[in-house]
Amino acid sequence: MSMEEMSAQAQEVIVKGIAAAPGIAICTAYLYSMQVPRVQAKTISPEDVESELQRLRSSNQRAEKELMKILAFAEHKLGSQSAKIFEAQIMILNDGILMGAIENRIGKELKTAEFLVFDEISKYKRLMLAAPDEYMHERAHDVDDVMNRIIRNIQDQKLFSKLEGEAVIVSETLTPADTVIFSRNQVLGYATDLGGVTSHAALLSRSLKIPAVVGLHSATKQVLSGDLIAVDGYAGVIAIHPTEETLEGLRHKAQRFKEFEQQLVGLARLPAETLDHKRIDLAANLEFVEEIEFALTQGAAGVGLYRTESELLAQSRYPSEDEQYEAYNKVAEEMFPHNVIFRTFDVGGDKLTPERFEEDNPFLGWRGIRVCLDRPEILLTQLRAILRASTRRNVSIMFPMVTKLSEVRRAKELLKQVKDELKAKGVRFDQRLKVGVMIEVPAAAILAESIAAEVDFLSIGTNDLIQYLLAVDRGNSLVAPIYQQFNPAVLRTIKMIVEAGHKHNIWVGMCGEMAGDPLATIVLMGLGLDELSVIPTTLPEIKKIIRSVKHKDAKKIADKVLTLTTEDEIHQYLFSALKGKLPDLPLEP
Amino acid sequence: MIEKQITIKNATGLHTRPAATLVKTAARFQSDFFIQKDAMEINGKSIIGVMTLAAEQGSTLTLRFDGPDEEEAANAVVNLFERGFDEQ
Repeated sequence: MSMEEMSAQAQEVIVKGIAAAPGIAICTAYLYSMQVPRVQAKTISPEDVESELQRLRSSNQRAEKELMKILAFAEHKLGSQSAKIFEAQIMILNDGILMGAIENRIGKELKTAEFLVFDEISKYKRLMLAAPDEYMHERAHDVDDVMNRIIRNIQDQKLFSKLEGEAVIVSETLTPADTVIFSRNQVLGYATDLGGVTSHAALLSRSLKIPAVVGLHSATKQVLSGDLIAVDGYAGVIAIHPTEETLEGLRHKAQRFKEFEQQLVGLARLPAETLDHKRIDLAANLEFVEEIEFALTQGAAGVGLYRTESELLAQSRYPSEDEQYEAYNKVAEEMFPHNVIFRTFDVGGDKLTPERFEEDNPFLGWRGIRVCLDRPEILLTQLRAILRASTRRNVSIMFPMVTKLSEVRRAKELLKQVKDELKAKGVRFDQRLKVGVMIEVPAAAILAESIAAEVDFLSIGTNDLIQYLLAVDRGNSLVAPIYQQFNPAVLRTIKMIVEAGHKHNIWVGMCGEMAGDPLATIVLMGLGLDELSVIPTTLPEIKKIIRSVKHKDAKKIADKVLTLTTEDEIHQYLFSALKGKLPDLPLEP
Repeated sequence: MIEKQITIKNATGLHTRPAATLVKTAARFQSDFFIQKDAMEINGKSIIGVMTLAAEQGSTLTLRFDGPDEEEAANAVVNLFERGFDEQ
């Protein structure tokens, strides 16, 4: 074997991570690290000043072009609000005073353009970082970003977004902005060292339909740019230098999924109804207005969870009532006549919040309804905006992170206050707007019956419920495997919540990730859930399963599952039950 | 030279959007325009400078205009602050 052949046939390395977005990608890897360009304080001679100025000006033009492209793409993918960060960066590039100062210093101090860009902009960055509030720190990142962009262009370095052809991005971690920006290239997959299944980047890659595996620990140390890599977003595994055998298996798997997906075409218009005619409300979880069109084509019969935090994403502040009203009204209008459940701001934990405190345990800290009740003006503004968007009578409100009944009562009081206020002003809204609570804290699950007596619906948020019930940080890749949705404790808790709701004649739904797991569908129906709200991509598959079983069989399966005592038993039992109903379903054992 | 004291009225303070409006308005005039907040003074025609001020609702700024059209510049800029940058 020649040297060349030997290096071409490097050893296959399989790395197990966490499946974050489904699909299979086989492609060359692109190793992405957030590179900060290096700058040295080099001196230039007086006759080089003119060409140095020229270098600065033309690199600014290139940087502006890059940003314009990113801005257009972000507006298209995320909406204009979220794209605002890039607008601010363009304005900095066009800051005449700033650029004038830099040009002036080039002539006077005879230093290179990149050094003076670095030196001058760093002054502002330091001032912003010294400010006490989070908003200024975020702006410092923007300033840093634009500075690095100019310097990189002066040095004429290649940019990742100049990435040519198709690639799988391998990175330590990805920010939401990275995920979006990369997706304008031909990115076929993501593989990251850090992150959990519900990290923001994972959510985004699912809505962008790009296969992703996260929590790989050391993928960035095992992969080089240009290596062949296979990302299996179904199983949560990557193969570096995959063998022909591995590739064959993956291609076969991709084919099976593709065939199954073809069976799903045309399902959108059919109801989510069991063989014995029990209807399940199959709704979508959404975060951006832009996702609605896709959710509707996938057959969503409503929005079971609208995450209003996306309105905070780009702004790092709470949006005004009118800004919120515009966004909510658009969602309600586009979804009409289907219902939309707006979850009030669920900030804190791992989610963005304009006001941030150092907390040792943010997940056990100041988040969700706790923040909103401590800062009632935030909730009042949001409730006003949601009520104003309710005139079509297809809007409901849901409160997150409720732990006790007094929180529900207080939130309802605030809602009443806003209603009275609007009534007095003659503003129209839906007087009978339904109010629900997300059950995601074990205490709320135990108190579900008391809560159910005072609200119109319950929706189980499994991501948090499971992590609190099992005491596992879902974003911590060290313990992520303990995060098991088929832990018997989880299923029994779900049963308890459903029974509590039905006792008070209100419907009980589920909007966590578990609702979108094909393996869970039958048991969830059998446990009596009235509604499932899932990410749009998995909607047709879940509907197919609902339409392939009888409700009475699902009940029997659920009864059997409740007698099982380990996660493994439950998993195996559900796997064979589902295989029995739907042999074509491409499932991972 | 004209000096004016103003208090920020709009809820979001001198965040990106009002900052941009301010800089654009100031750019229409020849006069120099500086903003002082506490110990910091920045050029009011520079967006990065205005962003750095971190001026929130209720903070007091000293505006300084100097040049041939300082009167008009001061009127236009003060008017912006008084209208709360037309945010509701």
